[in-house]
Amino acid sequence: MTKIVIIGGGQAAGQAVASLRQEGFEGAIDLIGAEPTLPYQRPPLSKQYLSGAMPADKLLVRPEKFYEDRSITTHLNTQVLSIEPSEHTVTTESGQFSYDKLLIATGSEPRRLSIPGSELAGIHYLRTMKDVDDIRDQMQSAKRLCIVGGGYIGLEVASVAATSGLSVDVLEMESRILQRVTTPFMSDFYHQLHTARGVNIHTETACSGFKGDQGKVSHVICGEKELEADLVIVGIGIIPNTELAAAAGIACDNGILVDDHCQTSDPDIFAAGDCTNHPNAILDRRLRLESVPNAMEQARTAASNMLGGDKTYAAVPWFWSDQYELKLQMLGFSQDGNSSVLRGDPEALQFAQFYLADGKIVAVDAVNSPKEFMVAKQLYGVEVTPEDLENPEIDLKTLIPKP
Amino acid sequence: MPSVKFIEHNGTEHVIDGNNGDSLMVIATSNLVPGIDADCGGECSCATCHILVDDAWVGKLAPATETEESMLDLNPDREPNSRLSCQIPMSDELDGIVVNLPEFQY
Repeated sequence: MTKIVIIGGGQAAGQAVASLRQEGFEGAIDLIGAEPTLPYQRPPLSKQYLSGAMPADKLLVRPEKFYEDRSITTHLNTQVLSIEPSEHTVTTESGQFSYDKLLIATGSEPRRLSIPGSELAGIHYLRTMKDVDDIRDQMQSAKRLCIVGGGYIGLEVASVAATSGLSVDVLEMESRILQRVTTPFMSDFYHQLHTARGVNIHTETACSGFKGDQGKVSHVICGEKELEADLVIVGIGIIPNTELAAAAGIACDNGILVDDHCQTSDPDIFAAGDCTNHPNAILDRRLRLESVPNAMEQARTAASNMLGGDKTYAAVPWFWSDQYELKLQMLGFSQDGNSSVLRGDPEALQFAQFYLADGKIVAVDAVNSPKEFMVAKQLYGVEVTPEDLENPEIDLKTLIPKP
Repeated sequence: MPSVKFIEHNGTEHVIDGNNGDSLMVIATSNLVPGIDADCGGECSCATCHILVDDAWVGKLAPATETEESMLDLNPDREPNSRLSCQIPMSDELDGIVVNLPEFQY
């Protein structure tokens, strides 16, 4: 095998090229990315990059020299038009590439609003470095920011904007923020936190349109209500980029379908990251994740298996979110629990909410509690008593079963 | 440029020049040193960039923050000289530093 092509320029793609070289592959690697930048970290975009605490060059997962030194050919700013599996080729606007093995790491893109006024200037989505560069420019002069969608991206932006002195409204269609991804307890905690920091959260409030002034957004319309806003950021979820794969006849269903080796329905085509729908043996179900650790580990798995390895991907998903001075680390899915145990003190902004199913730990939401997060990683699926878990006198280390 | 020596668990050595200010994690991943996963990209969120600092160098490092300490504390391979490499910026004072990589990252 001599040629590997990677479609995508995000973190999965960046990890895959590194893993391929690390595993000794000496053939040609072509990375085709739609964005103008080398693979970079996305999580800081809505956090330290937006606030200005992290400069652009620190976002790159590896410096440009890395790609030169390892003979990885990058084709940035390049749209892939089609994949031809029977010919083993990929067609872009600037030419055709042939492959022995192909990795699809096309990621996902923000769900877009299509309502009156949604094309006005000043309405932004947040997915790429360019998106955030534009938002930051606007934030310099903006007075009133309206965030559509009370998910993690929206709330992270709210914390940066409120900290920098903007007036911030958050619109959430459901009865509580973070409804899709966490429990009422955590929703309530973050609702109170943001409210205390001056953010106005409007639940059960759907955005129905925008009003503008000279082509630029001036108001957000929510049914009868109108909110003033000179900057709008929409964070209402993402859609996996499956079009190329589907058009090439690769099986897709809420993501590109892969097995636990990251192989698609075509044996020479693999997929990794946000765009995949994959089985998880530990959780005993299929998942589509919006997660960097997932992208990285799937990329390692795909790289190994493209080279003839036999690496299986199975990990308990984990996530993190930074808002204000609070670091939230999450493991597993809290919805899997049928009881919960609180350790620590939410008032002190330091606590962990453990979730148990039939007495076994299946998830944790840890706020400023890295130790509790780390212990949950090692106690996943392990039976513990609520009394031990919630008792601050008990060192969590002692609960880890001895090998 | 100051250099760092990474020693893999199997004894393989990598001596690499690094930019001042880059973390040991960034220097390792930019040079394909195996054994440092760095899943969170340097946020002190995942503890998958665990290293064991050579005893001669431990005292030259700024002490671990409370967060780093907590992340390390539950690592089953934790030693007194354990650190997270994303939290150690390279500097001229660290020229020649030697770090060992654990067998596994968790």
